[in-house]
Amino acid sequence: MTDQPLLRVENLTKYYGSRLGCADVSFELWPGEVLAIVGESGSGKTTLLNSLSATLEPSAGRTLYRMRDGEWRNIYELSEAERRFLVRTDWGFVHQNPADGLRMTVSAGANVGERLMAVGDRHYGHIRETALDWLGRVEIAADRIDDQPRAFSGGMRQRLQIARNLVTGPRLVFMDEPTGGLDVSVQARLLDLLRGLVGELGLAAVVVTHDLAVARLLSHRMMVMKDGHVIEAGLTDRVLDDPREPYTQLLVSSILQV
Amino acid sequence: MTTTAQYNFAYLDEQTKRMIRRAILKAIAIPGYQVPFSSREMPMPYGWGTGGVQVTASIIGPDDVLKVIDQGADDTTNAVSIRAFFAKVAQVATTTHTGEATIIQTRHRIPERALGQGQILVYQVPIPEPLRFLEPRETETRKMHALEEYGLMHVKLYEDIARHGRIATTYAYPVKVEGRYVMDPSPTPKFDNPKMHMSEALQLFGAGREHRIYAVPPHTEVVSLDFEDHPFAIQHFEEPCALCGAEQVYLDEVILDDRGGHMYVCSDTDNCEERRAAGHVGAQGVEGAE
Repeated sequence: MTDQPLLRVENLTKYYGSRLGCADVSFELWPGEVLAIVGESGSGKTTLLNSLSATLEPSAGRTLYRMRDGEWRNIYELSEAERRFLVRTDWGFVHQNPADGLRMTVSAGANVGERLMAVGDRHYGHIRETALDWLGRVEIAADRIDDQPRAFSGGMRQRLQIARNLVTGPRLVFMDEPTGGLDVSVQARLLDLLRGLVGELGLAAVVVTHDLAVARLLSHRMMVMKDGHVIEAGLTDRVLDDPREPYTQLLVSSILQV
Repeated sequence: MTTTAQYNFAYLDEQTKRMIRRAILKAIAIPGYQVPFSSREMPMPYGWGTGGVQVTASIIGPDDVLKVIDQGADDTTNAVSIRAFFAKVAQVATTTHTGEATIIQTRHRIPERALGQGQILVYQVPIPEPLRFLEPRETETRKMHALEEYGLMHVKLYEDIARHGRIATTYAYPVKVEGRYVMDPSPTPKFDNPKMHMSEALQLFGAGREHRIYAVPPHTEVVSLDFEDHPFAIQHFEEPCALCGAEQVYLDEVILDDRGGHMYVCSDTDNCEERRAAGHVGAQGVEGAE
């Protein structure tokens, strides 16, 4: 860990016309830290994530990112070329639906290799070697490298999407419900994998989820959102074991105990 | 007066030609960049070269000599009709000889004989966007061109190698023009790509259905994309042309019977005829033939 945060969000607000998306969100994210954003549907989680990840320009507030050269930049003041470069090299975005984040009609190897080619790698052997290495890390068999993601199961697609995002060694990854739509055993395996990778690579991550178990397993800190506002934030274990806000208490107590 | 007097010179009206010339000038100023233009309905179906015909109609003058080829041949339907079209609506001289032509409209080949200063090669282009099949959104591909994000082009080549062990793209092979724009050289065989590099002739590309014009000015760098460990290479033919014995030219396979008989002959008919007239005879050629 360094002595400076990676991402600094100041009073981020997003209105859709007169309707509120999220309001007045401020936080800092440190290198290697995983932040979970939880809340029910429509609470502004995804709006916040999109505003952070340069896909949805906020109505007010600033999102500052510490670039690799140590300089703080407002991501919405970067030129489009700089922003797109940042997004595909230093950042990753894991979509809930893998089809949104993958190219379904090109092979798994090319999916992983695309980012490398985008930053100028022009050596086929090297690209393929790196792709193989990454498929191995996300537990996809090497003989599936030339298969298209269409031929993959939901869990494999999600793991492929993760490999595709991590291949350029990003420092910050955004995840939108990374385990949504997967069955429970596959979820557990994916979470295990994610936790391993995040720890191993020292990634910082912002994970949006409505599943408190995901937050518990992956994140160090969490923010609880309701109606566009952050109502409670703190260490994950503290929030889940000792929720202060009535809504958070309700959320925690509504987990099914089997 | 002939009956063609009812047409404006070269079919298109002057304002349209002016609009297309502006697009052409812009295209020449930004080599490889696809300039939108307001494509007109032409008296032929899309896919028959409406883009090329509009470009030719806009640049042709009464003193020009026009040659039209289709897959290298001067005598196929498309070539004959377009040649006849301009002979009728512009009363220009036509030729089949590459050396004599000032404007050559082509569908999918570049003549074997090196083009010289003052000649213009007009390509008929079906799909001008090289990124189309990887990224269907036009808004996105335009942005990618603008920001020079061409990694995706290599994804296609990667897929080729992964599937076939080599770059299996043989035509419409993507090129980078003057170190900036990635361009689809229209479905010419990749055999012709090196001829585009530093060509002395002006090369214009017209896509009628897609409303795009782009250009490669003379003496412009045109580099075929490849990988360091899988460099670009053109097709090689094991035997020479059966009629004229030419080597290092692009050959077409001609089926002779239903028992597997075939021969390879020059795709560029003019080149083949000139060689035969000069006395070159291939394995199945006839001595002293016309």
